[in-house]
Amino acid sequence: MGKDSLHVLKGLNLHIKEGEFVSIMGSSGSGKSTLLNIVGLLDTHDEGTYYLNGDLIEKLNEKKAAVLRNKFLGFVFQSFNLISYKTALENVALPLYYKGVSRKERQKIALKYLDKVGLKDRADHVPSELSGGEKQRVAIARALVTNPKVVLADEPTGALDSTTSGSVMELLKEINREGMTVFVITHEEDIAAETDRIVRLLDGVIMSDEKVRKSVKV
Amino acid sequence: MFDIGRWLEIFQSIGKNKLRTFLGAFTVALGIFIFTVLFGMGNGLKNTFKKFFSDDATNTIFVRPGTTSKAYKGFKEGRRIQFENEDLELLKKKLGDKIEYISARVYKNVQTRNKKESGTYSVRAVHPEHQFLENTIITEGKFIDANDIKNKTRVVVIGRLVEEDLFKTEHALGKFLELNGLAYKVVGIFKDSGGDNEERLIYAPVSTVQLIYKNTEDIDQINLSFNRSIGASGARKMVTDITKILKEKHFIARDDRSGLFVRSVFENYEQNMQFANVLQIIVIFIGIGTLLAGAIAIGNIMVFVVKERTKELGIRKALGATPNSIVGLILQESVFITAIAGYLGLLIAVFTLSRLGDSLEDYFITNPQVNTSTIVFATFILIFVGALAGYIPARRAARIKPVVALGDD
Repeated sequence: MGKDSLHVLKGLNLHIKEGEFVSIMGSSGSGKSTLLNIVGLLDTHDEGTYYLNGDLIEKLNEKKAAVLRNKFLGFVFQSFNLISYKTALENVALPLYYKGVSRKERQKIALKYLDKVGLKDRADHVPSELSGGEKQRVAIARALVTNPKVVLADEPTGALDSTTSGSVMELLKEINREGMTVFVITHEEDIAAETDRIVRLLDGVIMSDEKVRKSVKV
Repeated sequence: MFDIGRWLEIFQSIGKNKLRTFLGAFTVALGIFIFTVLFGMGNGLKNTFKKFFSDDATNTIFVRPGTTSKAYKGFKEGRRIQFENEDLELLKKKLGDKIEYISARVYKNVQTRNKKESGTYSVRAVHPEHQFLENTIITEGKFIDANDIKNKTRVVVIGRLVEEDLFKTEHALGKFLELNGLAYKVVGIFKDSGGDNEERLIYAPVSTVQLIYKNTEDIDQINLSFNRSIGASGARKMVTDITKILKEKHFIARDDRSGLFVRSVFENYEQNMQFANVLQIIVIFIGIGTLLAGAIAIGNIMVFVVKERTKELGIRKALGATPNSIVGLILQESVFITAIAGYLGLLIAVFTLSRLGDSLEDYFITNPQVNTSTIVFATFILIFVGALAGYIPARRAARIKPVVALGDD
């Protein structure tokens, strides 16, 4: 918030293609969250250029950023960030409200995506009545509901136990297989290992950028 | 404003945060309630003062003779002063068109009889102009006129209650009434807002009464009113002039306080109205203070609400809410709550005032009411306050970067 700018990311050059399943690895302070916030248009960058879907992103005002986020980006957060007084269905439908979709249509689409994450029967429950894994699946459904270009997941399994983590990662993988670009930020090796491409960050610099050979299930 | 989706959002937010909404709404309702009730009471107080003075014209001056308390120019003290017709003529001559109306008064208590019904009534023998000095309202017939004075006719104008007492269901107009055994023709019936006593009076021509009672030129009192164009200072000077003229004529010492009494309603009225106005100002001050306290309270609550919802608003922004839609959401909720709550407070206050009615008359509060313009004013204040209370925090909320808002716990 201060006036002094802090150089967190230095000389970073990263190109993510459509349909990729990328993970950004790094310990805390490596700049991975900053990167996600810039990619997610949640924060602004001071220098350099950023192209989203082929368009140069610069001098965005809040309104434009909001519209772009709504149109192109879906977010999955570590702490879920569901609105506590809204039901699962209402949470999933919220991005569609800001997109200007009619109420009836919103309900229909939201229910479809809840079904996709296997929570159709939990549609009328508020977050406090859902387990951690269920909450994250609701959040994923919400990220997908506007059919964005990229799903950005910030430590999506950070608050989950290993079994639930596995099922959430499976869900992300499935989404990716259907053609969605998925961008995961994590500090856990085994989570990164589930993705197709691992970018390692250290002190705002890319240390390595490698494709992962997929282990084929028998 | 007409976005159903947003209204649903607002109702949901209100429904899920009942305590917060209740506290905000209660503060506003209370503020408006107190403001309105106090304002109504202030009006009631003013009504009382107005009523006190509605009976007599407010520019009236009463001149009464007394008994001297000081020896002066060879006259001993303890001398009773008696006015006569020439005193009235003297005032007319000296004061000229500064006088609006002037009339003598001669008082007599007389045994009055109509056939079998009789009673003792006060007779006021007066000049025609007396009608305007006392706000006497003629309901039938006429008042004493110049012809009556000139011809010393035996006519009377009687109060509504005199007719009721002595004529029962009959009409008195045109009939004859016996005053101390002499028949007078009833030429008029009057009513007076000054109360029962005023309506049990009988008016007669001053010249007639003077003739019948020992044929003197005696006058008990002189009533006059000043021309309003001379203003307050002119009126004050006129009171001193009258005192000076009459004291000189009747050889009363200048510093003799009991030889002559000149009383003016105008000064009392001015003082009392000023008193009522000051009270009203104090009341308005307290009322506006209360309203302001309510506004600050709701502003405070809205700041807290926005703080509490920072994360939620951050989520909404991440999902594509524009700053305008955030401001609109908070603002609309705030205005909605304030308007509804304030209006409720207003209704309860108006209801309370109307229930109070005249039950507080003993405490000088008559018909405490607020008029429509006050209500409209209060409603505007409410909406304005709601908008202001919501706008400042809402704009702050809309300005927070989503990344900061999301980090808020």
